[in-house]
Amino acid sequence: MSSFAQFRDAQRVKELVRMLRRVYPGGTLKIMEVCGTHTMAIARFGLRDLMPGGISLISGPGCPVCVTPSSVILSALALTDLPGVVLVTFGDMMRVPAGVGHDAAKTLEKRKAEGADIRVVYSVLDILEMAEREPDRRFVFISVGFETTTPGTALTILEAERRKLDNVFFLLSNRKVIPALHALASSQDIRIQGFLCPGHVSVIIGYGAYREIADRYTMPCVVAGFEPVDILMAVTDIVTRVANGSGGVGNSYGRAVTEKGNLRAQQVMDRVFKVVDGEWRGIGVIPLSGLGFRTEYERFDAFRTFLSGSQSSFSQPVEAQEPLGCRCGDVLKGIIIPTECALFGKRCTPTSPVGPCMVSSEGSCAAYYKYGA
Amino acid sequence: MCLAIPGKVKSIEGTTGIVELGGVSRKTSLQLVPDASVGSYVLVHAGFAIQVIDEEEAKETLAIFDDYYASLENRSEEKR
Repeated sequence: MSSFAQFRDAQRVKELVRMLRRVYPGGTLKIMEVCGTHTMAIARFGLRDLMPGGISLISGPGCPVCVTPSSVILSALALTDLPGVVLVTFGDMMRVPAGVGHDAAKTLEKRKAEGADIRVVYSVLDILEMAEREPDRRFVFISVGFETTTPGTALTILEAERRKLDNVFFLLSNRKVIPALHALASSQDIRIQGFLCPGHVSVIIGYGAYREIADRYTMPCVVAGFEPVDILMAVTDIVTRVANGSGGVGNSYGRAVTEKGNLRAQQVMDRVFKVVDGEWRGIGVIPLSGLGFRTEYERFDAFRTFLSGSQSSFSQPVEAQEPLGCRCGDVLKGIIIPTECALFGKRCTPTSPVGPCMVSSEGSCAAYYKYGA
Repeated sequence: MCLAIPGKVKSIEGTTGIVELGGVSRKTSLQLVPDASVGSYVLVHAGFAIQVIDEEEAKETLAIFDDYYASLENRSEEKR
């Protein structure tokens, strides 16, 4: 067996569960998995059922599609009214509902069905070829994502500049993970005792980035990969640290994550973007969690170019932006689990989603629905 | 959305590589992984390789776990 395959080995999983039971000090212990890909893996491998009684794994706000404000989608839809504008997006965004009242449940997918030119891409890089092939059109990328995704967007902007493309724009809604962890760790609504930290965000930012969280809140932060052994090792590490009363940072994903992360990726992000406040759907504004263009790259800013800079609905209360009864905000903050929402599985299903957490392939509600967790 | 898939670099031209991902060859930007070479395993996210995967580290992670598990087992043996 290759060493990679061993991260799915059933014998190891059994050993880890035994080990976890041994180190578990008893009592209630809430661990938040911050990343949507973890939520999916935990549901898929049935890892919640393997936890000793008092340990609960709670899903957090780690799905970029779910936390993209409604206003960004509404802004994107507004752009489709402009002549020659083509929207370019990751597929996950197509069905995310936006708007309330008589505007409710607008989606990119519906607008495309009505004839708008909206194109789904695998990589943001694809926008460059489109822009070169069709110089008379203006291409706007709906840019969402955490640190895993953001370096690619930054590189694409640098490449667009190098190729002197003047018909490429970005509706920037990228978010940073660490400021969200501060907001969650200091929240009075939910008492989390440890963070299972996102593996692929950590590839970029490095596990050292969690020290500020671990130190300030004496809260263990352990980075995990996405195989059952990775996740169980990290949970065991967190539980051991809680039992010892120590916080600290751990890394069970050493094959991909280093202490300092991918420095080149960090440099590229820093060159193109500056840090600004960011609004998270269902949560509200989190200070210094968003990105804006540095002055040299402002010409790529779609908000600035097409929407006179109006970037979001910061002034509107978060609840007022969601469909009636939808509790995605509470799900994203870990206050309730998806099945506690009255709409779950009834009015809100993957084929007919009400809120973003049911739409995205990595949304908590979609994971609970798909795997019956 | 933060899904990244491991793949093997088959060839490199400039800063672009052909990476085999689950049996499919895909053009992948290697700009974020200057250390990647033909034969390297890389993690690929949305068209960009974001890290070279370190097989030695993978072995080490498992070895640390094995040692720790063995020490826990020994400790509980001693208690009995």
